[in-house]
Amino acid sequence: MFSDHLRELIRSRELFLIIVWRDIKIKYKQSIMGFLWAIFMPIMIISAGILVKYAMSVVSGKPLVLSDVSTVSVKSLPWAFFVGSIRFATNSLLGNTNLVSKIHFPKEIFPIASVFSNLFDFVIAGVTLALILAIAGIGVSIYLLWVPVLLIILIVQMIGLGMLLSAASLFFRDVKYIVEVLLTFGIFFTPVFYEAEMLGRWSTAIMLNPVAPILEGLNACIVLHQGPDPVWIIYSAVVSCLVLGIGYPAFKKLEPLFAESI
Amino acid sequence: MSDIVLEGEHVSKKFKKGELYDSLRDLIPALTGKIFRKVRGHELNEKEFWALDDVSFHVRRGEAMGVIGPNGAGKSTLLKILSGIMKPTEGRFVVKGRLSALIEVGAGFHPDLTGRENVFLNGAILGMSRNEIKQKFDEIVHFSGLEEFIDTPVKRYSSGMYARLGFSVAAHINPDILLVDEVLSVGDWAFQQKCAEKMGQLMSSGATIIFISHNLRAVTNLCNRCLLLEKGKVVVTGPSEEVVKHYLDTASQTLVGASKNEVSISEVKILRDGVENSRFSAGDKIIVQVKVSSTIDCDDLALHVYLRDNNDYQVFHAYLELLQNGGFSLKKGETREFNVELSLHLAVGVYYLGVMVVNLHDVSKMHDHKFPLGKMYIEAHDAVRCVANLYPRIL
Repeated sequence: MFSDHLRELIRSRELFLIIVWRDIKIKYKQSIMGFLWAIFMPIMIISAGILVKYAMSVVSGKPLVLSDVSTVSVKSLPWAFFVGSIRFATNSLLGNTNLVSKIHFPKEIFPIASVFSNLFDFVIAGVTLALILAIAGIGVSIYLLWVPVLLIILIVQMIGLGMLLSAASLFFRDVKYIVEVLLTFGIFFTPVFYEAEMLGRWSTAIMLNPVAPILEGLNACIVLHQGPDPVWIIYSAVVSCLVLGIGYPAFKKLEPLFAESI
Repeated sequence: MSDIVLEGEHVSKKFKKGELYDSLRDLIPALTGKIFRKVRGHELNEKEFWALDDVSFHVRRGEAMGVIGPNGAGKSTLLKILSGIMKPTEGRFVVKGRLSALIEVGAGFHPDLTGRENVFLNGAILGMSRNEIKQKFDEIVHFSGLEEFIDTPVKRYSSGMYARLGFSVAAHINPDILLVDEVLSVGDWAFQQKCAEKMGQLMSSGATIIFISHNLRAVTNLCNRCLLLEKGKVVVTGPSEEVVKHYLDTASQTLVGASKNEVSISEVKILRDGVENSRFSAGDKIIVQVKVSSTIDCDDLALHVYLRDNNDYQVFHAYLELLQNGGFSLKKGETREFNVELSLHLAVGVYYLGVMVVNLHDVSKMHDHKFPLGKMYIEAHDAVRCVANLYPRIL
C-alpha cells in the first residue's frame, strides 16, 4: 500500500520537476527585482539581526565583532528558507484547487515542490553569502561536511510539516492564518538573533524547537569551526523523521477527500 | 471477460449538503456531535444524499460509452471517482491501463506562462513524459492552430484559444482509457469537428472513451453504448440511440407538473384532415389542437408551440401571441381551444411536439409545459435530409 504511494511519486518525478520549475518561473516573471528577490528576505533578516546584536553589544559593553555578523547571517539564511518553504507549502494545495479537484496525480508533489522551489532561492542566497564570508576570511574546516547533513534534516522536516499544513489548510480555512502568525513570531522562539546558550537554564527549552539544533549546528560548523552537538542533532533528525513519518501517511489518507472539501 | 478495461460494481458516493466545518473552531462541536449519532451502512442522515447510488457498468476495449442525464445526476462525480480524484463510499471499480481524464480542458494552465510553457506543464500533469511532449509538441501546436501565439502568455488568450490549446494537449496523450467531460462544448464549430474526429481516431487505435455530455447528438455520433443516470442511479444502459430516446421520453415528464398548475394544458391533438395522426408526408398541413384550462382568473397568457428533432435540437418555435396581437385570458373554470395550423416543410425524420403556456411579458414564467407530446414521423421520397425541406428542384 505505502510502497505503492512511493512508487507513484517516483513515477511522477518529471511532473514534480516541472511544478518546481513553474513555481520558480512564476516568481521571477514580471518582477522588479528578479533574482535579487532570492536575497531580499535574507538581507532583511540579517539587517534586523545585526541591529539586535549591536544593541546587545551596547548593553553588555562587548564590541560587535565579525563573527557575530557571520553567525547572524549563517542562521538567517536557513530561517528564511524555512519560513518561505512553510508559507509556500501551506498554501500550495489551496493555490492549485483546479488541479487538486480535477486531475489525478500524487498531490504531495505540491508541498514538496514548494520546498524545492524555495531551495532554489536558498542556494542563490547561500552562494552569495559563502562568497562574502570567504572574502571576509572566515576560513574553512573539516566540519563543513556537516552542512549538507544538517540541511537534509531541515528539508525532511519542512516536507513533513508542509504536507500536514497543506492538507489541513484545505479542510480548515484558518490554518493558513495561524501558520502566518506562527511564522512571523517564530523568529523569537528560534535562536536566530541570539544563541541558545545565552538563555542559560532555558536553553534546553529553546533547543526543543526542532529548527534550533539545525541553526546552532550550522553556526558551529561554519563560524566556530567545531562539530555540532550530536545529541541535539539526533533529536532534530528524529523529530524530522517523525514529522514526515506522520505527515506523509496522513496526507495520503486525506488525499481522496481533497476534491470534496475544496 | 479479459477485454473489459473498465468495470464498476455497485459504486456509491455519499455527499453532505450544506456547509462543512470550515475552521478549526467549528470542528470541535461537530466532532462531539458525531460521537452521539453514528450512521452505518447504506444509510443517510438528514444532511446527506447519494450522488451516486449503486452504479454498475463495464466497458470493453475500444468501446466508447456515453454518460447522459440531467444536471446533478452524478455524471461528473462518476468521472471523478473513475479518475481517482475521489473515493467511492461503497462499491469498487477496476481500471486496466493508462487512464487520462479530461475533466476540464486547460486545468492547470498558468496564466503567466506562455502557451509553449503551458503545453509542457499541462502535458506533464496529464501524465506525459518530457520526451513524449517534445516529440509531439509541433503536432499539438499545429492541432490547436495557435502557432502564432505559442509564445504569448495564456492570460492574453481568448477563452476559445485557451480551450483549444487545452484540448490539443489532452488529445495527444494516447491513453488506454480517456474520460471526457463536456469538452466539445468549447471552441468554434470547426474545432468541435476536429475534436470529434480526434476522438474517433483515438478509438480506432484501440482507446476506450467515456464521454459525458449534454450534447446528445455528439454522444450518439461518438458512442455505441450509453448510460443514463438520474439522481445518482442508472436508469438504463444500452445502444446510444435507444438510451437517448428513453432520456428524451422520460426527461420531459419531469418537466410537466400539470396537475398542480392553475393554468394547464389539458389536451393536445395532432390532426390531419380532422383525424388524429402521427405519420405525415413532407409538406402536409396539420392542425395542432390545444386545450388550455384554468382554475383561476388569469390574464396575460401566451401559447408557444415548438418542435424538436431526434437529437433534442429545437428546430421550430412559434410565439403565437405575435400572430393574434397579444395574449389571452382565461376565466375561472374556463377551457379554451386553440387550433394552430402548421405546414410540415421538414425532412425525413422523427420530430417531437412541445407546447407551453407562458406569461406574455416574461417567457421564463411558465404556467404549463408539455414535451414531448407524441412523435411525428415525417416520410418523404425525396433527396432531402437533416431538418428543413426547401423542396429542391433542378431547373
